[in-house]
Formats: sequence, C-alpha cells, structure tokens
Amino acid sequence: MTITPRDITRRQLLARVGLTALVAGPFLSACATGGGGSQEAAPSAAAPSAGGASASANNPFNVKADAPLEVVIFKGGYSDEYATQSHEPLYKKAFPGATIKHQGIQTIGQTLTPRFAGGDVPDVVNNSGTDNLDGGALINAGQLLDLTPLFEAPSVDDPSKKVKDVIVPGTIESGLGGDPAKPYTLNYVYTAYGLWYDAKLFEKEGWTPPKTFDEFKTFAEAAKAKNIVPFGYAGKNASYYAYWMILISAAKIGGNKILLDIDNLADNAWNNDAVKQAAAAWAEIGKYMDPAYEGLIHTEVQTQQNQGKIAFYPSGSWLEAEQAKDTPEGFEYAMVPTPSVTAADQMPYEAIRAAAAEGFIVPSKAKNAAGGLEYLRQMLSKQGARDFTEKTKSLTVVIGATEGLTLSPGLTSVAAAQTAAGTNVVTFSSFEGWYKELETELRKQTNALMFGRISAEEFATKMQEAADKTKADSSIVKQTRNV
Amino acid sequence: MRRGRLTPGAVRKWGFIVSFLAVPLAIYIIFFVSPNLQALQLALTNSRGISPDFQYVGLENFTRLFGDDVFWAAVRHHGLILLVMPLVTIAIALFFAFLLNLGGGQKNGQLSGVWGSSFYKVVFFFPQVLAVVIVGVLFQAVLNPQKSGILNSVLGWFGVDPVGWLIKPDLALWTIIGVMVWQGVGFYVVLFSAGMAGVPKEIFEAAALDGANRLTLFFKITLPLVWNTVQVGWVYLGIAAFDAFALVQVLSIDRGGPDNATTVLPLEIFRQTFTYYRFGYASAMGVALVFLVLTFAALTLRVTRRERIEY
Repeated sequence: MTITPRDITRRQLLARVGLTALVAGPFLSACATGGGGSQEAAPSAAAPSAGGASASANNPFNVKADAPLEVVIFKGGYSDEYATQSHEPLYKKAFPGATIKHQGIQTIGQTLTPRFAGGDVPDVVNNSGTDNLDGGALINAGQLLDLTPLFEAPSVDDPSKKVKDVIVPGTIESGLGGDPAKPYTLNYVYTAYGLWYDAKLFEKEGWTPPKTFDEFKTFAEAAKAKNIVPFGYAGKNASYYAYWMILISAAKIGGNKILLDIDNLADNAWNNDAVKQAAAAWAEIGKYMDPAYEGLIHTEVQTQQNQGKIAFYPSGSWLEAEQAKDTPEGFEYAMVPTPSVTAADQMPYEAIRAAAAEGFIVPSKAKNAAGGLEYLRQMLSKQGARDFTEKTKSLTVVIGATEGLTLSPGLTSVAAAQTAAGTNVVTFSSFEGWYKELETELRKQTNALMFGRISAEEFATKMQEAADKTKADSSIVKQTRNV
Repeated sequence: MRRGRLTPGAVRKWGFIVSFLAVPLAIYIIFFVSPNLQALQLALTNSRGISPDFQYVGLENFTRLFGDDVFWAAVRHHGLILLVMPLVTIAIALFFAFLLNLGGGQKNGQLSGVWGSSFYKVVFFFPQVLAVVIVGVLFQAVLNPQKSGILNSVLGWFGVDPVGWLIKPDLALWTIIGVMVWQGVGFYVVLFSAGMAGVPKEIFEAAALDGANRLTLFFKITLPLVWNTVQVGWVYLGIAAFDAFALVQVLSIDRGGPDNATTVLPLEIFRQTFTYYRFGYASAMGVALVFLVLTFAALTLRVTRRERIEY
C-alpha cells in the first residue's frame, strides 16, 4: 500500500481522538491477556437493535435474516478485496438470505455527505482516506450509531467472550467521540511506530540495534566508518516522522503524562526536562545525518535505506508494504523500539508507540443498522482479521488472529516488539489533529533542531511559545483528554 | 432618431453591444467580482468553512494580522521578490531581445539579430509553455541537495561541495527567485521582441549611420521606444511577485521553510484555509494581499508614466 505522509496525518485526525492505548495484549500469543485491560467506555447502554427477545449468541443484534446490507469501503492502500472476498462472504455465510451491496470508493466524504443529508445512508462505512467524512460533525448531528452494543456482544469465535475482550485494549478508546464520549468508530488496523532497519545488513555487519542513546552513538560511529548514515528522515515533507521519535523518547523518560500534558496544553509542558532531554538526545543523532536529507521527501530517503545507505529510519508499520516494490532481494525490514535516553527512564526500552486506525462507522439512520453492527462483529472474528492481514499485509486489532499465518519479516518483528512491550505502550499525541497550528510549528522546529540550527533548549522554548499562543487563542476550540 | 426611443436602429446597435458584453460580464461578475466581495465579507467573520454558522467579528482578523510573525515574514519575502525578480527578469529579457533583434549588426544595410536568433526565440519561449508546477518538479531534480543533483553534480566537476539550494535558510528564497526569473525571461524576451519589431527600423538605422554604438543604440534609442512594453512587463512581473505559490509549494522545505524562509502570502492563505480551517482569517490575508497588489500596480503605473513617442 502506498501511504503518503499527508494521508497518515489525515487519518490520524480521525483516529486519534483520545486514545488511551493501554495496550495489554500481545498479538501472536494465544494466551493473550486481552481480558485483563479494564475499559471505561463500556456502559451497558442498550441500543435499539440489541437485546431483543430473539437475540442469540449467533445473532446478538437481532438482524433480520433477509435484510439487504450496504457496505461502503474506502478503496485506498488496502484496496477493498478484504471486504469483497472475506468480510462480506462471512456475513453472507451467517445470513444466506441477505443481499449485499458493495461500493469501493476513494471519495468517501464527497460521495456520502449528500446521502447523509438526505437520510439515505449505507449500513457500514469505512471512513478513511484524505477525503473522509468529518466524524466530529457527524457525531454532533446524531448521524452515527453508538458502537457500545458491538463491543458488549459475544464474539464470533468464542461466545463466552465479549467482542471487547478479543480486541487489543485501547481500540475502543481510540474511537471515542462526542460529549459525553462514546465509541462511534471501530479502528480496525493496528500500527506500531519505531526505528526500521535492514535485518540482513545488521547481520552482515554484526551490528545489534542500540538499546540506549549511548549505544546509539557508538553504533553511529561504527556505521559512519562503513560509510552508512546511521539515521535519516525526510525533512521536506516528513519531519513529523522525526518528532514522533522525540515525543516517544520524551514519554519513555517521563511517562505518558508528558504527552497528555502536551495535548492538554498544560503550562510548561514543553519545558519539561523529559522533552528537553529527548530533543537533545535526538539532536545528537541528527548530527550524523546528511544535511541534504532536509531537502528530500520520504520516498527518496526510504529508497536510500533500501539501497543500504541509511541504517535506521523512523516510521510506522505500513513502511514495509509501502516500500514493497522498491525493496531489493536480501533486504529484510525489521522494527525496534527507540533507545532509552536515561537509566532512570520511566518506561523500559521495550516500550513502543502503537495505535489503532482505519475507522469503520455505522450510520444511526441506516436501514439495516443491526446488520451493520453484525458486519463489524464478523470483521472482528479471527477469520475476518486473518484474511485482512493476508490481503493487506497489515495487522488488525483482533488478538491472536495471525496464528498460523506466515507473516512478512517486518510484521513479524512488529508482533515481537508488541509482545515484548506488553503494557508499556507510549500513548498518542492528539494535538496533531486538535491544534494544527501547533503541529505545523513542531514540524518546523523539528527540522531546525535535527539539522542543527537550534539547540534542544531553544526547541523547547519555541514550542512552549507556540503552545502558549494556541492556549491563549480563543478562536481555537480546546480539547482535553485524561487517558 | 430621437434619443431614448427604441428605434430599430438603436435596438440593433445596443442589442449588438449588449449581446457581446452580457456573457463575459456575467461570467466576470459571477466568478470574479462576487467571490472577491464574499472574501471581503468572510474576512469580517470567524467562519471555519465547514459550517454555515459563523459570527461577524469586525476587524479582529485584521488586527490579528499585525501580530502574526509568519504573515510579516511572507510580506517581507514579497518585498524582496518584488525588488529583485522583475528587475533581473526585465534586464535579462531586454538584453536577449536586443541581441535577438538588433544586436547582430548591419546586414545588407539592415539591422538584424545575432546568428541563429530565430532559433533562440523559440528556445527562450519553452519555459513559458510548461505549467509552473512542471517547472517546479523539473527544478526539484535540478536543485536536489545531494551530490547527484543536476546542478550540484555540475558544480562537483569543478570541485564544489554540494550546495543546499533550498535547505539553507539564507539561500532558499534567492534560489526560488532564480527559478522565477528562469521561468519568466522567455515570455518577456518575446514581448520585448514584439515591442522592438514595432519600432520603425529607420530610426535605428539613422542612429547607426550617425555612429551610435550598440550601447548607445540600446539605452538612447531602443529602451525609450519600448518603454511602454517594459512598463507592462513590470506590472505583470510585479503581480507575479505577489504569487509564487506553486513554486514555493513544490520546491520549498516543509512548505515555506526552512524556518519560514520562503513562505509567501498565497501559501499562508492556503495553509490557513485548508490546514487550519480558518476561512475568516485566510480571507483577511487575501484582502491584505489584494490591497498590496493594487497599491503596487497603481504606484507603478503612476511612477513610470512617460510621454508617449509617436511614430
């Protein structure tokens, strides 16, 4: 799949509303601790379609067996084969009498906005892509169905477990919206962020990924001696790949509270020592970069990594699929967490940032809303999730769904990193979507920091100024998050 | 025919004029005048563009402009572009146009261009044929900061280290001005050539007979005679100096960077609109931009006004 950086931020905009990401469940392990995570967003608010007399474990939403179902899928990097060849047949298997109308499109927003306005809406929508629907606006207009009944329903594979217990904790919270917050979006795809490298190159050179920044610097010298740039990112359009790393490091030093404070525009959030230390540590590594990288775009730098010119590249788990066409024989993607900055870091080295994305919604005025919920329940079956991973080379939020699948090297390393991380998950940054002005400033200052024009101290000062300006600006709607 | 009466003749006359003017005028009003007026209206609101509900906030958006560093950075950049780009473009274009039309000396008693001038005329016009964005993409490769960049590899033959054309904050804007000049020169060569072609050859020949060298010929005869064309070119280029959106968008680091070093007003308007969804504030910036352009155009036309030479 090809995700341009902008697509990702747009997607995050929707997906990142108040994500807790208290991820407790390793992906591959069958003995996942998925049931352990406590979730707040699960009140037993009965939806109109749920809990009827004839509802059963096989049909918890009381779907009319012959009611037609209309599915609209965003046909982007993941295409829509996972729906037409897996999820829709699964639904059809459960309700053979139902006819399914499928639409795979890219302009979700433009196509569906008039339909929402007219009240003639589909039953399930994958609301993704650059041109997606404004989720917040739909929630405010009462157009979306509260998905709580879905998460409270028995799961397809094991009726004794509820759906919320078979998905990675944090998923439900990632789809919260509205006031009071309710889960309106099911984020289906699981993404992990870290440092990506060529496992084969490291094997050949006898290198191991550094676990601390001291080791990182030693490694950087070793790589430099071999004429390989130890770390690189694209300054022209993807400086946020670098600020993700700085923020992850800050959270590892000072805990997720650092990132919550930044999101909540808490006073002096950027002046926190954790932020300064993280910025200083990354700026040290930045010194090893080729200054030309500031003028390159992400694909150019990613291709340089494929050519063996760069050791580490900061990115998310879409990278391997994105570069599939350019990856030469013998290049094996792998991901590791960011190194620890201090010995007193609050989170261990293994901690990674992970998050759910690719949002699915059920319109509240759908003719077959129960069918929509059932469709999502089928998607969250092991079969549905497995098929998705097979077709898109991406992991889903369903725990243990990849058993028996041969994963690509990159996905294998992501799964291993998640298992190792356990509950040590670095949380999201919601300000990226909430406060675009602040985000733009962060991109700018990140390039200035990483390419040596300002110090970590100045970086923190400038970001604090921008945050204060955002806070003082009454025309910007403020949001807060507690988890 | 009495005035005010709809005689068949008057109907024919006015009907003719109206039928020709109505459609273009309607299009002009619908697609140009009304959006501009709406922008003026929006500039007084706090519209976010995604909801029909907004409030009028008076001049708040305009007072906000005064405290906006990025806005002032953009205005400064326009100032620099305005000082440098039209001057350099016109100087180069005049020089080329002169060489192409009159610089070749006398041939059979007639002044003509340098050898191969008809070929050069076509070549000079090439950049004008390309869409600006394509020029931008082209220069991405030319200005690539790595050793392998086209310009840098040429410099590399002479032992010059790779230059970060768009990366160095104090060089980036100059680089973009350079691209603007490259893109603009061709059109003005053709424009000035046409201007020079319109001047009767006898004037040049008379001057040449009186012993004027090429320098005198250019400054004393050619330039004053094509002054009107130069003036038009100046206004065009000045207005272009307030644009530069596409080139900055395609070429600059992080759109307008590094560190705001290349940002321009249209880019900031775009960002305010489509990234921050501040339609009201973006419209205020747009209104400010319109006033800058109008002021420039009015000033230029006034300052450069000259006696017209009849021939």
